[in-house]
Amino acid sequence: MTVLQPHLAAEVGVDESFNAEACMNCGICSAICPMDIPHLPRELFRYVELGMRDEVLAHQETVFSCLLCKLCDVNCPAGVHIADNVRSLRHYFNRSVFRI
Amino acid sequence: MALPTGATIGILADNLRLRRSVLPIPTEDAVRWTRGLGLPRGGRRVLYTGLMYQLIPYIEGLVTAQEQLGDSWLAGFTGVGRQVNKLLNISRFMAHPSREQREAWDRIPRNVALVLQRAGVEFGALYEEDLYSGALAYDLGADEELREHAQIVYAALRRNGVQEVITIDPHTTNMLRSVYPTLIDGYDLRVQSYLEVLTEVAPIPTHRLEGEAAIHDSCVFARYEGVVQAPRDLLEGAGLTLREPEHSGTQTWCCGGPLESLFPKKAAAQAARRVEELRAVSGRGVTMCPLCYVNLQKAAKDRMRFEDISDFLRQAYEA
Ligand code: SF4
Ligand code: SF4
Repeated sequence: MTVLQPHLAAEVGVDESFNAEACMNCGICSAICPMDIPHLPRELFRYVELGMRDEVLAHQETVFSCLLCKLCDVNCPAGVHIADNVRSLRHYFNRSVFRI
Repeated sequence: MALPTGATIGILADNLRLRRSVLPIPTEDAVRWTRGLGLPRGGRRVLYTGLMYQLIPYIEGLVTAQEQLGDSWLAGFTGVGRQVNKLLNISRFMAHPSREQREAWDRIPRNVALVLQRAGVEFGALYEEDLYSGALAYDLGADEELREHAQIVYAALRRNGVQEVITIDPHTTNMLRSVYPTLIDGYDLRVQSYLEVLTEVAPIPTHRLEGEAAIHDSCVFARYEGVVQAPRDLLEGAGLTLREPEHSGTQTWCCGGPLESLFPKKAAAQAARRVEELRAVSGRGVTMCPLCYVNLQKAAKDRMRFEDISDFLRQAYEA
């Protein structure tokens, strides 16, 4: 059973630059990513928006496999700050999972 | 095997907090590049290295240790954990670059200083107060450690009367120009990469560069900092023929370097793909970031030769 955490997006996005909600799921980022990361960023951002914490945590390797190269950012038609959003997710892992 | 991500980030964050660098190196190695250049300490404008090139022989040493261990350099001690590293700088026990290796990398900041001096630009240096920018902590989401570290770097710059910073590599440029202003209230330093400074000053080259090279744009320069045209203008202005790979300029492909500390095999795979793109247009490559250089040269082995852009510019502006 999926447990939803309604405040997940607010917890991940510590400042207003986290704009995963702008994503319209067009798929350009996935198509262009040199790492061929299937879950990034579209699916992961959906999990965050929907409060699906367990799904986010299950994709730890995905979150840390992004190059932060911004090739997706500069081609995203919705202006999603993809790399910065990934950094926010990493910070969330550091705080909530690794307890750094 | 994937590295234990949390333990790895913990060690790097601890190093930044306790030792002011994710990978602490001896002061002698940090400042040796300044010898004989007569650079004043501090002043209105300084050349700031952020230690990126000085770190390279240590990173290479750790990568060699990693290959012997059959995994990433950090895997060897993430098992014993962060606690030991808090007392003992473990990375120093694992990386043993030779004197020649350490001195070889002094060449890059020296190249930059000499080219700027030839162009008539006046600047000082911060010597042992020239600190690592915290770029890796930023990428790994170690925000609290980075915020504290950024204040220390900024305080050192202010203490030395600095108003303008000339950077060398893209990561330090990005941190000091675009990230620090989001972390520090009232941050007011002007930051430019030396490539931008040289393009503005536009000195006439004294020597013509022969031949061609494939240009590898750094993601951080091209997409974070908008530095795309400056390296092209400088190299082509000195006579070098530049070959553009399929992914180039703002659409450049990453060298894989950002994954080296957590997923070295993924980093190597991306570097190999990028080398093939570059090799398709030339047997010689020009890089503008030390991490790009190391990753691409390692992947290319002897199939392609890379050179830092400052080596070309030093030749073009030689006395
Ligand atoms: S390119 Fe932008 S809008 Fe399209 S799926 Fe990716 S993040 Fe969403
Ligand atoms: S920033 Fe990450 S998700 Fe976007 S293209 Fe680069 S590696 Fe892929």
